[in-house]
Amino acid sequence: MKWVKMLLVSKVGLIGVIIIILFTFTAIFAPLIVPHDPTEVNLGKSSLPPIWLDGGESTYLLGTDNLGRDVFSRIIYGSQISMLVGVCSVLVAGLIGIPVGLISGYYGGLVDSLLMRIVDSQIAIPSILLALVILGFMNPTLLTIIFVIGVSSWIAYARVVRSEVLSLKEREYVKAAKTMGVRHSFIMTRHLLPNVFSSIIVISTINVATSIITESSLSFLGLGPQSISWGSILSEGRDYLATNWWVATFPGIAITVTVLGIILFGDWLRDVLDPRTEV
Amino acid sequence: MSKLLQINNLKTVFYTEEGQVPSVDNVSLDIKKGETVAIVGESGSGKSVTALSILGLVPSPGRVVTGEILYEGKDLLKMTDKEIKKIRGNEISMIFQEPLSALNPVLTVGKQIQESIELHQKKKGKRAKEKVIQLLNRVGIPRPEKVYYSYPHTLSGGMRQRVMIAMALSCRPKLIIADEPTTALDVTTQAQILNLMKSLSEEEGTTILIITHDLGVVAEMADRVVVMYAGQVVEQSTVYDLFEKPEHPYTKGLLDCTPKIHGESEELLAIEGTVPTIQNRPTGCKFHPRCKFTHEKCKEKDPELFTIKEKQKVRCYLHEKVIEERLK
Repeated sequence: MKWVKMLLVSKVGLIGVIIIILFTFTAIFAPLIVPHDPTEVNLGKSSLPPIWLDGGESTYLLGTDNLGRDVFSRIIYGSQISMLVGVCSVLVAGLIGIPVGLISGYYGGLVDSLLMRIVDSQIAIPSILLALVILGFMNPTLLTIIFVIGVSSWIAYARVVRSEVLSLKEREYVKAAKTMGVRHSFIMTRHLLPNVFSSIIVISTINVATSIITESSLSFLGLGPQSISWGSILSEGRDYLATNWWVATFPGIAITVTVLGIILFGDWLRDVLDPRTEV
Repeated sequence: MSKLLQINNLKTVFYTEEGQVPSVDNVSLDIKKGETVAIVGESGSGKSVTALSILGLVPSPGRVVTGEILYEGKDLLKMTDKEIKKIRGNEISMIFQEPLSALNPVLTVGKQIQESIELHQKKKGKRAKEKVIQLLNRVGIPRPEKVYYSYPHTLSGGMRQRVMIAMALSCRPKLIIADEPTTALDVTTQAQILNLMKSLSEEEGTTILIITHDLGVVAEMADRVVVMYAGQVVEQSTVYDLFEKPEHPYTKGLLDCTPKIHGESEELLAIEGTVPTIQNRPTGCKFHPRCKFTHEKCKEKDPELFTIKEKQKVRCYLHEKVIEERLK
C-alpha cells in the first residue's frame, strides 16, 4: 500500500509505470490484440497511409508497408522481442556482473586488480562494437542476441557492486559476523548482497532500457534475431522514408516511449529506494 | 584456577607509509576461567587492537608479528583459517561498542542471531528460531517473538546492545570480549547492560574480557585490571589494589581524573598533555613526557614490568628501588 501511495504522489513514476504496464500487456497478449497477421503479405493493400490520412483503411490503424503488411500488428509483435531481450539480457548481465563485483570488492588485492582490469578493458570498447564483433561469428538467434547484450553490459553491475562492497565490508556488522566465525561466502551473500540490492534494481531498470536500444540498433544493422522487432521494422522502413514515412516513424516512437517509460520508472525507484530520501 | 587465555609478548604492528608502527608492544596477560578482566586505557593505547589480535581479525595493514596467544593451551595465532573459524563465535565471541553499526540494517534481528546458531550448532529452521527466542528472553527483551522479526533501527540503543549480547551468548562461549560495550549508551541503560552481563557471566561461568576507558565500568565489573598506555601494559593488579593503591603514575593520574563526591577541589583534574601518537612515541618510558616523577633514567630506557606484589605488576622505575631494597 505504501508503494502505491508513493507512486500516486510522483507523476513521473506514475507515467513510467503506466507505460511499462501497457508495454508488458501488449507483449503478453500480442496475438489477441493484432488485427492482422504481422507477416501476412497483401500486395493489393501495399503502402496504405495511417487511418487518419487520405486513403487510409479502417483496419490498418498505422498503415501498411510496401508489401502490404500491417504496421500496427508488426509493432505489437515487435514488443515481444524487445521485452524478452530487454529483461533476459539484464539477467545475464546481472548473473555475471554481481558476483564479479562482490568478489572483487570483498577480497580486494590481486583478485580485485585482475577483475577490474578486465572491466576497464571492456569499458574501452563500445558495447555495440563488441556485440557486432561477437555476432560476426555467431548465428544471430534470439538466444545469442540475449547473451551478447548481456555480456556487453555486465560491467555496470561489477563496478557499482564493487564500489558499494568496498565501503560496506568495513562496516562493523561485517566485523561482527567475522567474530561469529561466519564464512566469507556467507558474508557476501547474506550480509553484503541485500545491502547493494537497491542499487542493483536501479541499474537493472536503466539497463533494460539500454538493452532494448541495443537490440533495436543491432536489428537495424541487420544483425538482430530473425523475427519481427522494432529495430528491423525501422530498418526496412528507412528505404521508403520519403514516400511511406509511417513505416519507420511508428516503431521509432514505440522505442522512444518504452525506453522513456522505463527510465522514468528507474528514476523514481532510485528516489524511493534511497534511504536518505525517506521522510 | 586454570588459565583460559594466555597472551605472551604479543606485538601487533601496522605497516604504514611512515614505516612499521607498533600498536601493541610486547603485551602479556593472562585470564583465568570465570574471572572478569578489564583492559583500561585512553584511545590509541592499543586495547582494541589487542582484542582483535586474539580473534585474528586485526584490520589490514596490521599484523601480529611476534608472541603467542594460548587459548586452552593452543596457540590461536598458529591455527588455520578453518580452525579459528570454529573458535570464533563458538568459543570466543565479541560484543561491540556501537550496536547499531554492528547489526546489519537490512536483516531482521532474529535472522542475525540465528546465523551463528545455525553455523555452530547445526540447528535449523524452527529449532533454531526457538533457541533465538529463548536467548532474547534471557537477555531481558520483552515480547521476543515480535522482536525476532524487527529490524535493528526500530529498537532502542539498550535493546540493540541486548541483542548483541544475545548474539554473543548464542553458542555459550567460554570467553566473551566486550569492546566498550556501554560507551554508546546512556547512563541508566549502561547500568542495566552491565548488570545483565554480570549476572549472565555468573550464571554461565563465562569469562569476560572487557575493554573500556570508563573506570566506573571497571569498578563495577572487573576482578582484575590491566592498564595500557601507548601499546604497553603499565600496570596490572586486582581491582581493589588498583583503586586503593595505584602504583603507576599514569594510573594515579587516571584515578585523579574521576570526579569525587566528597572532593575538595572544585575543578576536574586532567593528566597534562595527550597520548603520544603512534608514530612519535618517545624513547624510554612512554609516559615520561607527561609524568610528574620523571628522572634521567626514564628518558633513556624503557622500564620493565616489575612485580611488586603477588598480583600486582608495574612498569615504572619508582618501583625498581623498592624491589632492590627488599632484595637486600
